[in-house]
Amino acid sequence: MSAGSPARALDVSMLPIHAFGHRSLMWWATMCMVAIEATAFALAITSYLYLKGRVPHWPVGAPTPRLLWGTVNVVILVVSAWPNLMARKAAERFDLSGVRLWMAVALVFALGFNIVRFLEFGQLQVRWDTNAYGSVTWFLLGLHTAHVLTDFLDSSVLTAVMFCGIVDANRFVDVSENAVYWNFVVLSWLPIYAVIYLAPRFV
Amino acid sequence: MPHLQSIIHPAGIQAARVSHLWWVMFWICAVVWAAVAVTAMVAIARGRRGSSTATDAQMARSVTVAGGLSVAALLGLLFQSIVTGRALDTLRSPDALRIQVTGNQWWWDVQYEHAVPSRRVTTANEIHIPVGRAIRFDLLSTDVIHSLWIPSLQGKIDLVPGRLNELWLRADEPGIYRGQCAEYCGLQHAKMALVVVAEPPDDFERWLTANRAPASPPTTPEQQRGRDIFERGPCAMCHTIAGTSAGGRSAPDLTHLGSRSTIGAGTLPNTKGYLAGWIADPQHIKPGNRMPPTGLNGEELQAVLAYLETLK
Amino acid sequence: MTPAEAPRIVDNDPRLAPGGLDEERRRLEHTWRSPSGLIGWLSEVDHKAIGRRFIVTAFAFFVLAGLLAALMRIQLARPDNTFLNPDLYNQVFTMHGTTMMFLFAVPVVLAMGVYFVPLMVGARGIALPRLLAYSYWMFLFGGLFLYVMFLANVGPDNGWFSYPPLAGPEFGYGKRADVWAQLITFTEVSSLVVATCLICTILKMRTPGMSLNRMPLFVWAMLVVSFMVMFAMPAVMISSTCLILDRLMSTHFFNQAEGGDPLLWQHLFWFFGHPEVYIIFVPALGMMSEIIGTCSRRPVFGYLVMVLSMIATAFIGFGVWVHHMFATGLPQLGQSFFTAASIMIVVPTSLQIFGWIATVWTARRLAITVPFLYAASFFFVFVIGGLSGVMLASVPLDRQVHDTYFVVAHFHYVLIGGSTFPLLGAVVYWFPKMTGRMMGQWLGRLSFWLLFAGFNLTFFPMHLLGLYGMPRRVYTYPASMGWGSMNLLATIGAGVIFLSLLVFLVNVITSLRAGAVAESNPWGGSTLEWATSSPPPPYNFLPQPTVASREPLWHPELASPPVVGLESEKRQVLVTAVLDAEPDHRYKVPGPSLWPLATAMATTLMFIWSIFQAMGLVWGAIPTFVCLVGWFWPTRGKERLAASPPTRLTLRESLS
Repeated sequence: MSAGSPARALDVSMLPIHAFGHRSLMWWATMCMVAIEATAFALAITSYLYLKGRVPHWPVGAPTPRLLWGTVNVVILVVSAWPNLMARKAAERFDLSGVRLWMAVALVFALGFNIVRFLEFGQLQVRWDTNAYGSVTWFLLGLHTAHVLTDFLDSSVLTAVMFCGIVDANRFVDVSENAVYWNFVVLSWLPIYAVIYLAPRFV
Repeated sequence: MPHLQSIIHPAGIQAARVSHLWWVMFWICAVVWAAVAVTAMVAIARGRRGSSTATDAQMARSVTVAGGLSVAALLGLLFQSIVTGRALDTLRSPDALRIQVTGNQWWWDVQYEHAVPSRRVTTANEIHIPVGRAIRFDLLSTDVIHSLWIPSLQGKIDLVPGRLNELWLRADEPGIYRGQCAEYCGLQHAKMALVVVAEPPDDFERWLTANRAPASPPTTPEQQRGRDIFERGPCAMCHTIAGTSAGGRSAPDLTHLGSRSTIGAGTLPNTKGYLAGWIADPQHIKPGNRMPPTGLNGEELQAVLAYLETLK
Repeated sequence: MTPAEAPRIVDNDPRLAPGGLDEERRRLEHTWRSPSGLIGWLSEVDHKAIGRRFIVTAFAFFVLAGLLAALMRIQLARPDNTFLNPDLYNQVFTMHGTTMMFLFAVPVVLAMGVYFVPLMVGARGIALPRLLAYSYWMFLFGGLFLYVMFLANVGPDNGWFSYPPLAGPEFGYGKRADVWAQLITFTEVSSLVVATCLICTILKMRTPGMSLNRMPLFVWAMLVVSFMVMFAMPAVMISSTCLILDRLMSTHFFNQAEGGDPLLWQHLFWFFGHPEVYIIFVPALGMMSEIIGTCSRRPVFGYLVMVLSMIATAFIGFGVWVHHMFATGLPQLGQSFFTAASIMIVVPTSLQIFGWIATVWTARRLAITVPFLYAASFFFVFVIGGLSGVMLASVPLDRQVHDTYFVVAHFHYVLIGGSTFPLLGAVVYWFPKMTGRMMGQWLGRLSFWLLFAGFNLTFFPMHLLGLYGMPRRVYTYPASMGWGSMNLLATIGAGVIFLSLLVFLVNVITSLRAGAVAESNPWGGSTLEWATSSPPPPYNFLPQPTVASREPLWHPELASPPVVGLESEKRQVLVTAVLDAEPDHRYKVPGPSLWPLATAMATTLMFIWSIFQAMGLVWGAIPTFVCLVGWFWPTRGKERLAASPPTRLTLRESLS
């Protein structure tokens, strides 16, 4: 398509140079990652249920995992969605001090759920190498832990950027998209918690 | 001969049903391919001239018709497949002969089942079956996944560690059929074959009875020496010869080695010369297999061979 | 956006006048240029440069895998041959399959998308360019890792599908299976990243006017494939991770003695493995549409059916994996479902074949070019493979031919006939655009016919070998089986294939040097990649065209106003809406950087270390984290590189 004549043009010079939510390119990239990881979780859960279906009694060779720390983490994760939401809203208002405050608060929660996760492993009452039940339980918990850890690390770096890095409009968009990933980490915990802690008791 | 292990030269009811399915599918597919090929060539010829006056609506109709014919052909193939599948299932019967086959790297353990333990028969790598009777194979594996496949008689099924699979077949003509492991199982997957001998029921019963007996005792001093070497040397660590003190369970049962037509799981004919070469250096013939060189000198080897020859 | 922010149609815009365009051209060349020198080459983020690297590297792996195949064919040419011992043969066939599937077939089709999708959607570049660079390095390092280990006699030897227990801790000796499993990790990370770049580009960077129903069919194919990659690859990531865990950490996922199941591996692997072959196949469907449409000089017949067929194929492709497991003893009722799905999946592809034939039939003077020859061979070669696939869908018949050379024939007919032939056609078709030269006609036709003959000579006899009982993955066979003559024929055919690829390579080299110079649209194509120079400038288009139809270059009367107003002092692209490509905002993309390479090196260290020591995962994560921080931390240096990269980059600048 050459310019041709008469030289009519579509002038986009007044368009904004950033966008939030699904209008943003990086939002789609984040959602792609969420889709990939969600698929991985779904397959891990399916593998757990597959192995469970092959034996009459489950768990095998171990008592059911203790409920305490896993349930505590459900609470911490779900509640952490709130400072996360506040951070996102502040970002969408370009409120730098609000972003700094709420990201710091969210980080405290993130530290909390990482520490509790470490305690959870100790409460599983089975080792990864005891049998297939132990292996798949540790695997499910481990997969989610990888996310809980990276969420903490990348949120820390982003918070540091918001405190002492060069902040332009796109950094606020990054904060907003980090919130999407955070929500995924929270939401994905619910089915995994149900499978690890509740399925052996009730199903 | 290309028909030793051929799917399209069936010798049993199950393989015959599948062979029939093959030919039906083949002809339908051949016609479909020819139709597509011809149409494509005509299209190219027309396209080159650029002379087609067909409208898109006419083309849409043609494509729809072609699509419909394809769906019809596919449904025909699906139907034929279902019919064959159902037919294959009808072989199940309560008075089938039950044979348990266990896959090992790289040989087949064969046990003829019987409620009375003393009437069970153990052999390896060669399976005799009576013609005209349903056979049920119970399939296990001690190590990795193998697959039992005797193309002249039936499709294959895997031997999966931790699972018990079943295979039903029936030979309808006497003969010797070859089978081979059909799931990659390591270094010597290529040489994990087996021989199936289908024989008239009387011959089969004679064979079974003969194989039930323990090994005949040696009669000559050389054979005696051979048996001593076998029992006291490395052979007994892995092999069993019923009636001797050799009771190893990790290698083929040799009690009736002499009655088998091959050695090394179908790798070599069972003759004195080949057997000598095999015992002297199995790694040369089937590198990586689990039998180490036995380190016998010439005189010891001759003695062992003399003894093994008696194990008919 | 507010009304003040909205795009406007401007008449007589001075930026489109020749003087204005020249000025902009100067600035854009300055802003989008790829720095030269070694550091510049290592910091490359231009999708065309990276696409070329991917394609060249993938074809290098293709040659290696082909040489491995030649070794196999020499060994199998005669019964009881001793050319390769069993251990080497088992490594060779594993390396052949692994290389072809993971290092050639998928990367090369994704790479064609990397190069051409941004051009075909009228964008200035690709989304997430540094991530794209990272994906190339991961692909390269994974492949190099595999081959170094192979040369060190630690090459995987359990087949490209690596079934436990054979590949497990008890029977998979040494590190071979771990090498395989980690190669998977490299290539899957690479492919997942490319898929993300393609999805973001296709959904958010299409030029105004290119609503979803005006996208070229190749772009649709790449969109569908990218989604397939995202949902299929996690399965093999999970399974290969579990295999490494079984082998290194004594877990029991696949150990039946402790409640695991070898068949769990097969379910997970084939849940990936079957979509994998459609990932290889669907881009070729897009290439078919482009070549046939252009050579027929008319739009491909049945655009909507083409799109829906590719989508349907992708969906159904996720529902057929158990047909790889029909011999494992699974319950019959389940098997019937998968037979039905495996037969049903033929329908959408058939409709596409009929649509292409209809296109050719109603062509306005069909141009039987070399690309067209490759595309036309699909009707003869792929269809054989598709039909043998229907046979394999039948459980009774599959139980006989599964794991025999019949299957080897089937999948080579569908993969080579259905993907490689169209791929080679696409290479010839798009070579002028990529290099500015036409490929030689005579050598092109010669290599095509040699390939057609050689391919059929090699693989047709394999149908018979399977029917006559020859299993797969055997390093030799006895003379008494009567398989010798057909094997010899196949080996001779392999020699002819080798010759044809040699001719193709000679053609590529001589055309690069002395081929006829190509103008921007040598084939008379209708899509946007033909609207710019051959090869395109780093910024792809000046000005960025907009579209008002599916075949913009065939409808100059529908010319819509091109885009002006993107900044040329920094790398800025136009982001549009997902459904109808309405302009939404302007987005600054990053410039050249060494961080993708550095991060890939750190990731490589982490992956390789972790197959020798579990803690390697932790230690190796530290430099990876450091590199990621360096990559994403905003600096003034990064802003400078996104605006005005120097002609040569210093190390410091590239790590800003």
